[in-house]
Amino acid sequence: MANTIKVRAKIKGDVASVKTLISHPMETGVRKDKKTGEKIPAHFIQEVNCESAGKSVLNAQWNGSISKNPFLSFAFKGAKSGDSLKISWVDNKGESDSIETTLK
Amino acid sequence: MNQNRRFLLKGTLAASVTGIAISAGLLTPKAVMAAWAKQAFEATDVDTALNAAMGSAATTDSDKVKLKAPDIAENGAVVPVTVSSSIPGADVIGILVSTNNQPLTATFNLGAKTEADISTRIKMGKTADVIAVVKANGKLYSARKQVKVTIGGCGG
Repeated sequence: MANTIKVRAKIKGDVASVKTLISHPMETGVRKDKKTGEKIPAHFIQEVNCESAGKSVLNAQWNGSISKNPFLSFAFKGAKSGDSLKISWVDNKGESDSIETTLK
Repeated sequence: MNQNRRFLLKGTLAASVTGIAISAGLLTPKAVMAAWAKQAFEATDVDTALNAAMGSAATTDSDKVKLKAPDIAENGAVVPVTVSSSIPGADVIGILVSTNNQPLTATFNLGAKTEADISTRIKMGKTADVIAVVKANGKLYSARKQVKVTIGGCGG
């Protein structure tokens, strides 16, 4: 599977700002298929973890009410060039993906 | 003829073994998912969700919690929301939508050096209050803003 996570990280001073886009359908389980009238089963990301240089930076827990192809941006201090940045997600079906880059 | 049958049997046997391997593999992510606050996310009103997610539903309105969301969202399926806070020691940020079936949309547990400034996009079924909750030193601070939705993002 091609990687579903896109990351863009920028360091200014010692603050790293991270923007991520994940491609995921984020089905709530409430929506109905227009043709068949059947409910589309829920399929959404429940947890997103981000760690940098071995330390947890952010643990996000999501419901189905986060938009399709979720966007997330955040920032953290104490970052320096060359630190690793790892982002991973797990959804309600147990599917997951992760990406690792280095801060520049 | 007979040989074909043997071949077929072997094939099915191999397939079922793979199936078992897959289901065994699936057990691991399930254990990881246990951390997801099911009770909080499946709560159907704001107070229950807050109680389950943050241990209390008593929030104080604070101008130190900044919630940026549009006044009118043309498309309820994609509503950009930014929550930031200048309260020291903020460690959890929550985003709720008052009229969604399951109000709790997201919680963010911040690391020690992470700034209380999160942006994401959420879905809204209809015009509602977006509530941002920031937990700092065990207390809850909140800000809310009404967002008018012209096309809902939850039905279909």
